[in-house]
Amino acid sequence: MTRVLIPSQLIAYTGGATRVDAAGATVGAVLDDLDRRFPGLKFRVIDEQDRVRKHMRLFIGQAETRSVAQALGPGDELLIFGALSGG
Amino acid sequence: MTEAIQLLVGTRKGAWIYRSDAKRRTWQVQGPMFLGSIVNHLVLDPRDGKTLLMAASTGHLGPTIFRSTDGGANWAEATTPPAFPKSDDPKARSVDHSFWLEPGHASEPGVWWAGVSPPGLFESRDGGATWASVSGFNDHPNYWDWCPPEAGTPDGALLNQVVIDPRDAAHMYVATSSGGVFESTDRAATWRPLNQNVRCDFLPDPYPEFGQDAHYIALSPTNPDRLWQQNHCGIYRLDRPGERWERIGDAMPRDVGDIGFTVVPHPRFADTAWVWPMDGTDVWPRTSPGGRPAAYRTRDGGQSWERQDKGLPPEQAWITVKRQAFCGDRCEPMGLYFGATNGEIWMSEEGEGWRQIAAHLPEIYSVVAAPIA
Repeated sequence: MTRVLIPSQLIAYTGGATRVDAAGATVGAVLDDLDRRFPGLKFRVIDEQDRVRKHMRLFIGQAETRSVAQALGPGDELLIFGALSGG
Repeated sequence: MTEAIQLLVGTRKGAWIYRSDAKRRTWQVQGPMFLGSIVNHLVLDPRDGKTLLMAASTGHLGPTIFRSTDGGANWAEATTPPAFPKSDDPKARSVDHSFWLEPGHASEPGVWWAGVSPPGLFESRDGGATWASVSGFNDHPNYWDWCPPEAGTPDGALLNQVVIDPRDAAHMYVATSSGGVFESTDRAATWRPLNQNVRCDFLPDPYPEFGQDAHYIALSPTNPDRLWQQNHCGIYRLDRPGERWERIGDAMPRDVGDIGFTVVPHPRFADTAWVWPMDGTDVWPRTSPGGRPAAYRTRDGGQSWERQDKGLPPEQAWITVKRQAFCGDRCEPMGLYFGATNGEIWMSEEGEGWRQIAAHLPEIYSVVAAPIA
C-alpha cells in the first residue's frame, strides 16, 4: 500500500481525509485505486490523455514526477499538491 | 404577466442563485455554492423545471459537471464528465473546461449538450451523469482547420454555444471562437460552416468560409428562422433559408460601435433584440464604451438602435459584460438581466430603467434567467 497525501482541493472527495492508503505499482495505478473509492478524484488531477494537469504537482517522496507510469516502491509516499496559483 | 424568476449565476469563484417574488421586486439569495470553483455556466432543465447542471473547474483541478435536482441544495458529480477519447496522437486534446451547457430538444428528455475548450461538442443522454464525445464535430475531417490550436482566445479557444431548432431536434447550430458558426441538419452527425458575409478583420481574407469568432448566436423564439449573431467583428442577422448574414451593427452609433459579446432576442417580437456594446477599439479594452454602460435595443430587425441606460452609472463605469452574462426571461413585460465583471447584477423591464439586484459578487461569468417551477 502507498500512503497518499491529499491536498485541500481534493478532501471533498475523501470525506475530509488528508492521508489515505491506496494500492498500485505505479502512480497511475494508485490513482485508479483512489478513484474507485473516491469517484471523480483522478480526473481532477490527471486528464484524459494521462497527463498531470497543469496546476497539479505529484511527488514521490522528495522527487517530482509528471508521469503516471512512474513506478512506486515499497514504503514510497505519493504526495499530491495544488501548485501555487494566482488570485 | 410576470412570474417568479430565478437567476442562475456562475462566477470565477462559485455559484449563486437569486430568486424573486412574482413581481420581480425582491430577491432572495442562495449561495455561495462551490465557493472558489470557476463556474462557467449554471443551467436549469426547462423540460422538468428542477434539474440544474453546472460546468465547474478550479484553478488547480480539472473540469467537471455537477448536477442537482433539489434546487441546488445537494449536488452529485458526473460519473463521466466531458473528455476527449484517449489517443497516442501528440496533438491529443484534453478538456480544459466546459463552457456551455444546453438542454436537449423538448422531445428528448435527459439529453444535454456541452461545448468545451478546446473546441469540442459533447452529449449526455442521462441527464448529465455521463458524457460522450460527439464524433461528427470533434473528429470531423476539417476539425483542425476549423479549430486551429494557435487560434485560441485569451481564455482558450471555445465551442462556446449549442443552439437547437425548437421545431427539429436534428437541426443544430454551434458557435466557435476560431471557426465561426456551423450547422447540422442530421443531429450533429455532419457539420458545415455558416459564415457567409461575416467579417474577419484579423485574417488575410476578411470574409473567409470559416475562421470567424462567433461570440454569441440566438434564434428568435417566435421565428426560429431568424438568427442573431454578436460576432467579434460586428452584429449580424440571418433569415433562413438564407445563407448570407447581414451586418445590422452598421446602424449602431459610430462612437459606440457594434462590438460586444451577446445578443438577446425578445421572447415575443421577432424584430426586437438587445446587445450590450463593448469597446473594440485599438487594443480591445472590452469595457463599456466611454465608461458609460448601456444596452441597445432594435425593434426593426437591426435597421435602427436606441440606447437604454436609465439608472446605470452615467460615467466612469468600466465594466465588462461577458457573453453568458446578459439574458432575458419570458415574462410580460420581459425582464432583462446582466451580470458584470465587477460582481454586480442589474435588471430592467424591456431595458426601460435599470436597477441593481446584487453587488460584491466575484467576477460574473454567466447569468441565466429561468422561471421558478
